[in-house]
Amino acid sequence: MLQTYRYTEYPHRISEDQKSGKTAHRPVVIVGGGPVGLTAAIDLRLKGVPVVLLNRAATVSIGSRAVCYSKRALEIWDRLGCAGRMIEKGVVWKTGRLFNGEREVFNFDLLPEPGHKIPAFINLQQYHLEDILIGRATELGVDIRWQEEVVGIQSAADRVALTVSTPSGNYAVAADWVIAADGSKSAIRDFLGLDFFGQVFKDRFLITDVVMKNDFPPERWFWFDPPFNPGRSTLLHKQSDDLWRIDFQLGWDADPKEEMKPERVKPRLKAMLGDNVDFEIEWVSVYTYQCRRLERFRHGRILFAGDSAHQVSPFGARGANSGVQDTDNLIWKLKLVIDRLAPDTLLDSYDEERVAAADINLMNSTRSTDFIVPKSAMSRVLRDSVLELAQDHAFARPLINSGRLSLPATYGSSALNTPDEASFNRGPIPGAPCPDAPVTAADGKPEWLLNRLGDAFTLLFLGPAENRTVKGCKSVVVGEDVFDTDGLIKERYDGDQTAVYLIRPDQHVVGRWKQFDQAAIEAALQKAKGRQGIAK
Amino acid sequence: MKLNTDPNMDNPDDFYEMLIEFHRNLSDEESVKANAKLVLLLVNHIGDRDVIAEAMAIAASKTETAK
Repeated sequence: MLQTYRYTEYPHRISEDQKSGKTAHRPVVIVGGGPVGLTAAIDLRLKGVPVVLLNRAATVSIGSRAVCYSKRALEIWDRLGCAGRMIEKGVVWKTGRLFNGEREVFNFDLLPEPGHKIPAFINLQQYHLEDILIGRATELGVDIRWQEEVVGIQSAADRVALTVSTPSGNYAVAADWVIAADGSKSAIRDFLGLDFFGQVFKDRFLITDVVMKNDFPPERWFWFDPPFNPGRSTLLHKQSDDLWRIDFQLGWDADPKEEMKPERVKPRLKAMLGDNVDFEIEWVSVYTYQCRRLERFRHGRILFAGDSAHQVSPFGARGANSGVQDTDNLIWKLKLVIDRLAPDTLLDSYDEERVAAADINLMNSTRSTDFIVPKSAMSRVLRDSVLELAQDHAFARPLINSGRLSLPATYGSSALNTPDEASFNRGPIPGAPCPDAPVTAADGKPEWLLNRLGDAFTLLFLGPAENRTVKGCKSVVVGEDVFDTDGLIKERYDGDQTAVYLIRPDQHVVGRWKQFDQAAIEAALQKAKGRQGIAK
Repeated sequence: MKLNTDPNMDNPDDFYEMLIEFHRNLSDEESVKANAKLVLLLVNHIGDRDVIAEAMAIAASKTETAK
């Protein structure tokens, strides 16, 4: 029983589909009700697609799981209308401090510049995050089916047949599309017999959630070799409700059952926090981790997203944050395909773009792990030398790797992009996500650029558009629709007033031009919809 | 001081990974020897006595580890 949180139990309700006794037909069924499944559901509803979401559990995520949510994930949730509640409930932070022994050797600021609506990171317990997402999904009419589990799946060319198990018996449902967001132990992945390749890391970590009132700053603190955990690492994060998350590296030989006993955990925490700090233990668990992914995320009409598709070590907050970028990438494409405005091969670009993003996450996560948990005597000597040199010599500090925190993916080599013809001095390259900037609306109200870009194909004119438009694109004109409040659009895109950016519904750049070029932009739009070479 | 101890690697994580990979399948003895050869190659490449001497002084100094 947690002191700071009470779980709502959601009863199983017999759906129309189950009652009918016939196989119902649904455009999209999402399997899994974690942050990724719920985000996909919300995005689809906002685009007018009916959604059934099957959740095996009777409540939200149990215990201490995801904690850190990145700026990019929050920008996506802001577009979906629920980031405000998360930021309000969460703990905003942007500074990380690294200690070697007791001495601070380095610190970093993850968002050193002003002029962004969304903070670098918030920390929030996963159950709070899911509560907010469930609230939003329910407002939008997502059909969440609690305590329902897929026990059989059969793919055909035109649909996927699912057998669903419920507390009141099984029923069948057919879906045009299935989103498998059913986590690292994905049953759908198992049903399809897909390999989940990667690396297992030989170490164990103790997670503790501790309730305590103190005035520690809301920062990420990471110790190498602290006196209270000699030879190993420890990580501290503040969460909401005065709950603190502390991870202790235990080593591979540790006995998880022993380490979880209160008589082992309490002295550990006292050694770290000091005798004068009052705390209560709310959660204890021991975990190991893996870095691995599916070879492909699209399997016909079944699309894998989040941990079912890729799994990383927790250093760097690349789990949930990449899962949310998966659905952000997927849903607009799926909507176009459902509406027959794009060929279904557009979904192959989901696979291509998000596999590339997963590889970057896996690379960073593996590198962090190599630094935190050196695998050989030589790796350890190198690591310890970096930490020693970093105390007095600046060059060694950026080598310290306690987790490289999640950054938004850039789909730089995507087939959907139209490469630059002219050279731009700055600004997001094709495939990169759009940076935010404060703007002033035509009526004088302060707003944010990303909110104005919305979730449709958009042309961002950096200066007067002179009534030029492209069919199928919304326009946002700087100097007409919005004004560049602090000159940051000019700084973050390109100073040139005649330049135009074509932006995808997930706010990644398709292409950009120094001068408006109707034919080039129309061709780029077709290409971004996967319609290159297909007659209009 | 002629030795540059300011950050000079455009992607430090790439270089660190190179070093880890360099040793990946070596025994401890082989690692020590590979490191020695690496030092010799870099010493020759740098070719400046003062720079090497400064680097040696830092490398040999025992940093007091805060406990």
